[in-house]
Amino acid sequence: MKIDWAALGSVFGVSLVVTVALVGVFTLGVVGLSLRERATARGGSAALAATGAYVCFAACAAAVAYGIHLIVA
Amino acid sequence: MESFSLILAIVVVTALAFDFTNGFHDTANAMATTISTGALKPKVAVAMSAVLNLVGAFLSVEVANTISKGLVDETGIRPEVIFAALVGAILWNLLTWLVGLPSSSSHALMGGLIGATVASAGFGAVHNGVLVTKVLLPAVAAPIVAGLAALFATRLSYTVGKKAEGKAAEKGYRAGQIASAGLVSLAHGTNDAQKTMGIITLALVAGGSIAPDSDPPTWVILSAGLAIALGTYIGGWRIIRTMGKGLTELAPQQGFAAQTSAATAILASSHLGFSLSTTHVVSGSVMGAGLGRKGGVVRWSTATRMIVAWALTLPAAALVGALAEKVTGLGDWGTAVVAVFLVSSSAAIWKLSRREVVNHSNVNDAEEPAGVVTTAIAAVTPPPASVPVTEDLSATVPAPTTAESAPAAPPAAV
Repeated sequence: MKIDWAALGSVFGVSLVVTVALVGVFTLGVVGLSLRERATARGGSAALAATGAYVCFAACAAAVAYGIHLIVA
Repeated sequence: MESFSLILAIVVVTALAFDFTNGFHDTANAMATTISTGALKPKVAVAMSAVLNLVGAFLSVEVANTISKGLVDETGIRPEVIFAALVGAILWNLLTWLVGLPSSSSHALMGGLIGATVASAGFGAVHNGVLVTKVLLPAVAAPIVAGLAALFATRLSYTVGKKAEGKAAEKGYRAGQIASAGLVSLAHGTNDAQKTMGIITLALVAGGSIAPDSDPPTWVILSAGLAIALGTYIGGWRIIRTMGKGLTELAPQQGFAAQTSAATAILASSHLGFSLSTTHVVSGSVMGAGLGRKGGVVRWSTATRMIVAWALTLPAAALVGALAEKVTGLGDWGTAVVAVFLVSSSAAIWKLSRREVVNHSNVNDAEEPAGVVTTAIAAVTPPPASVPVTEDLSATVPAPTTAESAPAAPPAAV
């Protein structure tokens, strides 16, 4: 009986880092959208916040695409 | 598929039945948080999960090829052994569904297989090392890995997202939750539908219908995919309720963190060759997300019951599998007895479940599923007690005449 500690450890590390990073980036995106919403409500614009938000969402979409790639492969 | 004996046909049908209970049991994994936070309407959520499970079933045959190899010796496995294993797995799945506890369908299946194999070929036929590394260790590791990831992700999300509120934020979290739940469904389809494909293929090999080491035939892939999708669509609402509301109370942000952590852990584990059970991962991530919010609570009584169910899964399914194997060993009539037993106990469990129906309409109601008996009483007593009262009240005016004529009628007839 040989326990594959390396595999277990990498699963642990990857899950932790990827989850926290993804959720963090996504939350930033949501913050950006929310800032823009408030800015438009005040009649201004928040182009930077909106662009940042879309960059964040694009990064998340890429992660999801990679996930699907892993499922298929 | 020439030489298709009756026992082989029975095994295939039973395997598909197991696949159905698997989908049914595991809908909660993908969709419980999405439903409880209101990101998707219950029916829409299970429909989406069903479609993605079906798609997932067609994506690969990797898992199907590994399930049959490794855990038990393939040589000398008779179709009856596989049938007995499936009986153990199905009954355990139905029983845990009745009490609304999420438990790993893979563990149930492995337990059934191990029990039936031991009964048939002795303890030597089970690879103990594989049992520890592939079953026990992952069962402990999965909730911890996913739970911690969800915990930190939730913390971070609440810290970073302090300023995020209003319609845009709501919509954002909702979309994120749906996407990650979809990913879990897809991964579930590729993993769990393939387990059934693997079992059917194993039975076909054991029955001499196809050559050893062949890939699953197309009809196997198609029927396994459809069975799991149908099970998913029907939805094990009891388990969804426990997972979505019973363990902890989740806000959309937490639901998103939980589901992302689950999807990541499942994909990372299956890709890195340390397979984790979807059920264990999702339960862990839901609890982690619950603890991650300030003031968040986990209902440990529910969690404890769930963990007890996990610990029992393998031995219980193994026991039933072993008994079923012994009975099928008595001859064809023994197999028939086991088949009748399976059908009648499934029907009995279904009948019991009707006492307290949980479906898409009330899946989000209960905070904590009280004991089956208490809720059953609560659900049943009020209507009969209140309905006659209102009828009596509205019927007081014409009542005297009918009341007088009714007792008068019998003597007149005599």
